[in-house]
Formats: sequence, structure tokens, C-alpha cells
Amino acid sequence: MSLPIDTLITLLKDGLLESLYMTIVSTIIAYVIGIPLGIIVFVTDTGGILKNKPVNFIFGVIINMIRSVPFLILLVAMLPVTRAIVGTTIGSTATIVPLVAAAAPFVARMVESSLKEVSPGVIEAAKAMGASPIQIITRVLLPEAKPSLTVGFTIAISTILGYSAMAGFVGGGGLGAIAINYGYYRYKTDIMLITVALLIVIVQIFQTVGMFAANKIDKRTNN
Amino acid sequence: MIKLEHVSKEFETRGKKKIDAVNDVSLTINSGEIFGIIGFSGAGKSTLVRCINLLEHPTKGKVFLNDVELTAASAKELRQERRSIGMIFQQFNLLAQKTCIDNITFPLIISGVPKKEAIERAKELLELVDLSDKAKAYPEQLSGGQKQRVAIARALATYPEVLLCDEATSALDPITTRSILALLKKINEELRVTIVVITHEMRVVEQICDRVAVMSDGFIKEVGTVKDIFLNPKSDTARKLILPERNRIEKGKRTDILRLAFDGQSSYEPIISELTLESGACVNILGANTEDIGGKAYGQMLIELPEDKEAVKKIKAFLDKKQIHYEEGGNADVTTD
Ligand SMILES: Nc1ncnc2c1ncn2[C@@H]1O[C@H](COP(=O)(O)OP(=O)(O)O)[C@@H](O)[C@H]1O
Ligand SMILES: [Mg+2]
Repeated sequence: MSLPIDTLITLLKDGLLESLYMTIVSTIIAYVIGIPLGIIVFVTDTGGILKNKPVNFIFGVIINMIRSVPFLILLVAMLPVTRAIVGTTIGSTATIVPLVAAAAPFVARMVESSLKEVSPGVIEAAKAMGASPIQIITRVLLPEAKPSLTVGFTIAISTILGYSAMAGFVGGGGLGAIAINYGYYRYKTDIMLITVALLIVIVQIFQTVGMFAANKIDKRTNN
Repeated sequence: MIKLEHVSKEFETRGKKKIDAVNDVSLTINSGEIFGIIGFSGAGKSTLVRCINLLEHPTKGKVFLNDVELTAASAKELRQERRSIGMIFQQFNLLAQKTCIDNITFPLIISGVPKKEAIERAKELLELVDLSDKAKAYPEQLSGGQKQRVAIARALATYPEVLLCDEATSALDPITTRSILALLKKINEELRVTIVVITHEMRVVEQICDRVAVMSDGFIKEVGTVKDIFLNPKSDTARKLILPERNRIEKGKRTDILRLAFDGQSSYEPIISELTLESGACVNILGANTEDIGGKAYGQMLIELPEDKEAVKKIKAFLDKKQIHYEEGGNADVTTD
């Protein structure tokens, strides 16, 4: 090993915690923004319970615009905004800003697609029972879409972890920064490989836990 | 109780083409009756029934429930009124992620009934539909018939005055269909719920409806008691619905055919053998569409008459004596709408 083992472990442990911190906080904030966005886009669509073409169009355009910007470019373009919000552009907390910006529209689309899976007949039945649009959203759409939303969450959190590693290039913390600082700038390939392996393991854990949870939640499967 | 006045519904499709799904329909459905709306696929039945609870807003015309004009109600008033109009569907439309009991309490909870009361009511309803042991089961774990029973219980939770059934038995096998229809009949008789039944199957109408409207191309072709329509269909559509395609007689081709309509006679088999004995001639059964419901015969049969004019007379006299309605098959397709 190119580093004393104790130092290496501390380094990796801190990197791991930073990565998890960025990923989890960004995912939560991205969902806080993305869920309402996804719901708005879904219900205002043609045939939706609150059909509204202009609103649907405007939100659709905003989401697509942000989504079409490559993450690395968004990361750089967001620097002034990040500085304004966090006060610095370096470190894990600063990375959360571009991560959320990139992830929220992505989450909105995931939520929208999960809601689209809810049977239109069930929505109709709720309407026929006298449910209001808010009741349909909170008591029909979200609960019925829960398994699919869980799968979406698993994909989203893994994607955000990947983004957070990329942020290492522009001064973000975490495992991505370690891989870049040691592996890329100092040619310590072994350290880079270890961080990559760690990232893979985390994604695997997210996937396994997420899929298990989705299956467990889904009452359409007999278990 | 339900009154439709000149209701029309027009859909605009992608190619800007307009479809008149419902055309100037006026109907009155009386309190306490089971009213059928029958027609082939695409006739506009679903659209019409969805106009009753305004899932579909009519392009023209008015819809009344008792004396309230639903077509003039605000969104909030409409939600209130919908609580007195239950609805069940071909595909059941249960909440897949909720247990039976939670499905049944759903309409109560959303109308602000306290949870405890809602559960009490749901238990009552589960008993009514004979599914008390399935309270904690999820829809996926139930058979089609059981799902429809849960849907019926759910539709009745808010004590509706009307129950709309859109092809409620079309996804079910004949035996299950019969038990669901029997349940609807019981609900109509015991709870005095007015029921509107949409179907493309004559036997559904025969089994439970008091009156029926025949629908085709968005128009109501005729309305009458089930007996009237069954014995004396006036519209082409009604004839086609009564007689399945393969049994129909081509216009003007045969005059030697009789259509016998069984309307609850004890059974049709002895009648045919007696008829043969009585007339002394063989009759050929060309097609039959009969069903034994509770030991009584319903449905119809096409028979080919013998050449012998005397024998034909005897056959007709016998049928008159037994009060079996018949008509000359050759007329089957002559009458037009
Ligand atoms: N939402 C809709 N948009 C466009 N056309 C529709 C819509 N719903 C029904 N239609 C059309 O209206 C006609 C009647 O349909 P429907 O009421 O479903 O008939 P039925 O229930 O008797 O089979 C059909 O031609 C159908 O294609
Ligand atoms: Mg239909």
C-alpha cells in the first residue's frame, strides 16, 4: 500500500461518510422538490385530474431544460449560486447545491412515471366516490404508486451517489474526491481502485435494499 | 329519481374528428327499479352512465338526481352528490395496496366519517357481501367474483340511493355472474337501492332488470319492460341482442321458422317434446339460447316448421295454449329502426 494502513482507513472512512452525507441530504431535498413537481406535471397533463395545459407546459419545459444539461457543466454553471447559498464552492455541503439542482428534475420525472402506473380506473373510482383532487393525490395516487416510487428512489439515490463522486473534480468531498486526488493527480491507482470498489458496494447495497423494500411494500405480490 | 334530458356527449379525437358517443338521450329511471342499458360494444353505454355521475360532462343536456341538477352543480356540490351514487366497474378498480376493509372504508374516510365508525360500517358490508373472512386480504388474493363483491360493498358504504354498474359481470364466468346478479337483486330489494345496469348481454338484463333501454350508435332505440323488449323487440339492435349472430335469419329468406321466447316457463325441454307429440310432425331446432334460472326457462329457440300446414296450425295452437310467445322468424330482420 502506498499509504500507512491507519491513514488509509481514516481517509476512506471520512470519504465514505462525506459521500453518504452528500448523497442522502441531496436525495432528501431533491425529493422534497421533485415529488410536488412530479405530481403537478402528472395531474395537469391531458386526461389528468387537474388538467391545465399552460402549467403542464411550463413545468415540463423547466424540467427538460435542466435535465438536458450534462451534470459536469451544471456543476460549473452553478458555482455562483452555490457560493451565494452556502458561502463557499468547496466541500461536501457546497456540492449539495448542484446535486439537488440536477437531481430534482430527474426525481420529478421518476415520480411522474410512477404515478402514470396507477390504474386510471382506480382514479376514476375514487372520483366517482366523491374524492377531491387533493384526496386523490394523497390517498390514491401516492399510496398506490408506493412500490414503484420505492424502485424510483433506489435508482435516484444511486444516480445521485454517482453524481456526488463526479463532483470530486470541482472540489467536492467524499470518495470521488479521494479517487481523483490520489488516483488521478498522484497516480496512486490502488487507492482509486479501492474507492471505486467502495462506490460499487454502496450502489449494490442501495439496489438490494431498495428492491427488497419495494417488493415487501407491494401488495400485488403475494408475500 | 334519475332524469336525463336531451343528453349528448361529443368526443374530439386526435384527427379532429368528432364522435357523438351519446346522442340526445332522454330517460327517466324510477326510484327502486333495476334499469338496464343494453347495447353492443361502442354503443355509448359507458359514456351514458358516466354522464349520470358526471365522470363525463355532457356536451349538451341536463342530468338530475332527484331534484338536483347535477349538470349545474359546483365541483364541491357534485362531490357531495356523488356520495349518493355508488359505482362499480368491469375491472373492479379496487385499491391494490389496501386491504378489503380499507377499500370499503375509503369512501367513508374521505367523506369525513371517523375511522372507528367507518370500520364498523365496513364490517357490516363485508357481511352483506358474504366476505367477512377476507377483511384483511388484499385484492390480489381474491377471485374476480370476490373482488366485485368488495367493490359492491365499497360502493354501498356511503348509503347511496343509486348504484351504477358498468359491465360489472363482463369479466366473470357465468356462475359467478349469476351470484353477483343475485347479490345486486338482493341489494335492490332489501336496501331499496335503485340500480342501473350496463351490459351487452341479454341474459343479464333478463335475470335482474325491470326495464331496459336498448342503445346503439349513441341513440336510445327503445325503452320498455324487459318482457316487452324480449317478446316484441322493435329495433334491429334489440333483435340482434336477443338472437346471437349465428342464429339470425337472413332477411326474407325463410318464412318457415318460428322464434320461441321462454320467459320463465317451468322448463323448455318437455314443451318441445309435447309440441312434437301434439302436432305429429317433427320440428327441427335450428338454434337455442336458453338458460335455466332457478328451475325456470329463459331465452329463446329457433325452430324450423314442417311443410304440412295442418301441423303448423297445431304447433301454433299448442304454443298459444301454453302461453309461449313466438314470432315468425322470417320477419326477424325485416323491421328496421
Ligand atoms: N374519452 C373518449 N375519447 C374519445 N372517444 C371516446 C371516449 N370514450 C368513448 N369514446 C368513443 O365513444 C363511443 C362510445 O364508447 P363507450 O361509451 O365506451 O361505448 P360502450 O360502453 O357502449 O362500449 C366509442 O366510439 C368510443 O370509441
Ligand atoms: Mg363500455
